[in-house]
Amino acid sequence: MKILVPVKRVIDYNVKPRVKADGTGVDLANVKMSMNPFDEIAVEEAIRLKEKGAATEIVAVSIGPAKAQETLRTALAMGADRAILVETDEEVEPLAVAKILKAIADEEQPGLVILGKQSISDDSNQTGQMLAALMGRPQGTFANTVEVDGDSVVVKREVDGGLQTVKLALPAIITTDLRLNEPRYASLPNIMKAKQKPLSVKTPGDYGVDIAPRLKTLKVAEPPVRQAGEKVADVAALVEKVKALGLA
Amino acid sequence: MKTLVLVEHDNTKLNDATLPVVTAASKLGEVHLLVAGHNCGSVAEAAAKIAGVAKVHVADDPAYAHGLAENVAPLAAGLMADHDAFLAPATTSGKNIAPRVAAHLDVMQVSEILSVEGPKTFTRPIYAGNAIATVESTDAKLVITVRGTAFEKAASEGGSAAIEAVSGPGDAGISSFVGAEIAKSERPELTSAKVIVSGGRALKDAETFEAVITPLADKLGAAIGASRAAVDAGYVPNDYQVGQTGKIVAPEVYFAIGISGAIQHLAGMKDSKVIIAINKDEDAPIFQVADIGLVADLFTAVPELTAAL
Repeated sequence: MKILVPVKRVIDYNVKPRVKADGTGVDLANVKMSMNPFDEIAVEEAIRLKEKGAATEIVAVSIGPAKAQETLRTALAMGADRAILVETDEEVEPLAVAKILKAIADEEQPGLVILGKQSISDDSNQTGQMLAALMGRPQGTFANTVEVDGDSVVVKREVDGGLQTVKLALPAIITTDLRLNEPRYASLPNIMKAKQKPLSVKTPGDYGVDIAPRLKTLKVAEPPVRQAGEKVADVAALVEKVKALGLA
Repeated sequence: MKTLVLVEHDNTKLNDATLPVVTAASKLGEVHLLVAGHNCGSVAEAAAKIAGVAKVHVADDPAYAHGLAENVAPLAAGLMADHDAFLAPATTSGKNIAPRVAAHLDVMQVSEILSVEGPKTFTRPIYAGNAIATVESTDAKLVITVRGTAFEKAASEGGSAAIEAVSGPGDAGISSFVGAEIAKSERPELTSAKVIVSGGRALKDAETFEAVITPLADKLGAAIGASRAAVDAGYVPNDYQVGQTGKIVAPEVYFAIGISGAIQHLAGMKDSKVIIAINKDEDAPIFQVADIGLVADLFTAVPELTAAL
């Protein structure tokens, strides 16, 4: 079974995003970029399934600028077998990403597509579900545990009240939540080896997908700033404050 | 404009997460509700009583019993032939289903809206709420998820909407429900609690978390939350997580105990009315948003506070 793993190049998890002064977006110039953390978990899960013998090949895909090659090389260094970059300098919305991934899935015929549940940039949380709908296949979103079992996959999902387990017929789409696994670091020899692994470059046009945005961003602004209040000296002073709030 | 709101429920009770979505939908036009479930008549009756609702569509079928997206999304997409906007709460259930509906309709979803600025214009948080985008949809139909803390709850009484049975394609036959581990708790639910006591990594382990946080929460009748670090370390289950990728909360009072205040955590709680932080590191970022801060060792301060209340 082949596993397709889409990965996105986003602002690094530890960087505090700044809104551009002209209100057109977030300033990404000279900012550290990394693989979306949920996508790292997706790559790791694919590798573990391959190590367990449930998968034979892992194909990483990224849709983005030429620099997204770095993100794909990271996936290859972790253990993906080959990579596809669908290169574009435009912002591509989840719906268009899902359409491109659908076209790639039609070619590659993966048994599983494992995606991050959301990117920490746009926070949309849509792509996996949309891809599943376009492919007419089941989805195991916010996965906590994944077990491949013959021609189906059992996914334990993180839901608001706790955990829910569903059984999905393969091929299926999975989106990762935080507790699915802890992604490995790529070793230096594997980083070197990853440079030799195949990486093909395509364009959205190759897949016949129109990536024109459906949502117009009119403005991007800073959120209202919360002011720091006061520090109290001791527990007794805190107790007074808490009582004044009517809590006790 | 006619809107269709996905009702969140467990086949017996209507979940309050539905109510702010009704408010958001009412800003767009006429509000219709969709109750998809099995033996869910009591939910439909409760839905019909929500103030401002014009009609309740009920699809009662074993295929919809567990809200499987593969089955519910085609049903909702079918009903969208007669509606202009589909809205769901930004809960794990709404987030699971709505994008699938959007793809069926070839619509780009607007996720987690904070406000309705016009018939097709909304604000939504991006980058963990470090930026707020104003976006306008150019699609013919709208698909939206709604952040519950950003809208007032619609009154759960006062309406008398008509209830109409509908049916959809039923079981898509590609997925099935196996089981659920849903925590039963006497505590208020995290997303609707008036007071939340949250603990972070500083709580050391599950036993210490329980010993320090639970008595204070009991005293205050509060829900218990946690930072991602505390959840990842196994102190508490995943459904306790507050933050960018966990639950978004906005209680009257939020206690952050032993939580440093990473941007991902702040994204989930900074709209709380009053934030109280206890942390031994006086430079912890949590103090930059806290209304009341106490620099102290939580292992002595919290029991003292609990005893004094």
